[in-house]
Amino acid sequence: MTGALGGLIASPRAWVAILAIGAITYGIRLSFIHLFGRIDGVPTRLQRPLRYVPPAVLAALVLPDLVTPRPSVAATLLDERLIAGLVAGAVAWRTEDVFATIASGMLALWLFRFVVFA
Amino acid sequence: MRGPVLDEDLLAGVRDVSPLILGIAPFSLVAGIAAVDAGLGLAEAVGMSVIVFAGASQLAALELLGENAPLAVVVGTAAVINLRMLMYSASIAPHFADYGRRLRTGLAYLLTDQAYALSVAEFDENPERSRWRYYLGAAASLWIVWQIGTVAGVVLGAGVPDAWGLTFAVPLVFLALLVPAMKDRPTTVAGVAGGAVAVAAVGLPLNLGLLAGALCGIAAGLLAEVTAS
Repeated sequence: MTGALGGLIASPRAWVAILAIGAITYGIRLSFIHLFGRIDGVPTRLQRPLRYVPPAVLAALVLPDLVTPRPSVAATLLDERLIAGLVAGAVAWRTEDVFATIASGMLALWLFRFVVFA
Repeated sequence: MRGPVLDEDLLAGVRDVSPLILGIAPFSLVAGIAAVDAGLGLAEAVGMSVIVFAGASQLAALELLGENAPLAVVVGTAAVINLRMLMYSASIAPHFADYGRRLRTGLAYLLTDQAYALSVAEFDENPERSRWRYYLGAAASLWIVWQIGTVAGVVLGAGVPDAWGLTFAVPLVFLALLVPAMKDRPTTVAGVAGGAVAVAAVGLPLNLGLLAGALCGIAAGLLAEVTAS
């Protein structure tokens, strides 16, 4: 597709995803702010598992991007992504700073990719 | 020059949120870069940042869109990641209870981790603050930075060679959010189990490894909580 309109509707699949995610996310945000007075806080049965959603989901997103299982343990550990991820993880733990984490991880990746393993 | 909008409470929100911009700006750049990497254009990238406005879920959705995962998996994953906002909504709702429906509808759209955390802390400390103006100052600043960063990321992402591996910044952002989320034993167990299962299940079709990891992580966290008490 060409032209301005083509640029806007080039990816219907993405737009369906964007609109659906946006609607669900807004519903979550509005839920209690809108309903307040009718419900008295989040039910405990929902609150307990919700506490573990961030660490479980984030770890499940991160680890497969850092670890690629290979035939030997050494080959698995000697991966530039894993090493850079460990560096960034250490920085995240010490600083709890998003910018420092991204910067240290990218620098470590480039160091291994362009200098050490080059 | 203090008009009716640029009042003290609103500016206090802007001032208090400004140190966090340093963390949000690179995060939003990555969202733009990830959109380019997933094959999306500027319109889709900005559309996602405006309509969804929730960084971690945007990055996860972009990654899955790039891998051609089924739409249900893309939407389901993003929804799960944003479920934590249910707790923010419940926690901040009493502070907004006096406001009209239209104002609450607008305030809810801007709800993010940072706006929530800053505002609730400020409401406790300074009860005389205008709540909606303080919150608006903080939350709208984040919104503006997020949109500018997305556009900059799209422009930057299109011009940088693949060898630089800029999309590696995506797991790094998640890592920066993951580490503080593992703040006690049960949450650490949830993270370790979630990550390990996701790596082991990486070969599963439809990106089910992610879902399996998330569910096992939540179950492991609950189990660790029970055995600890």
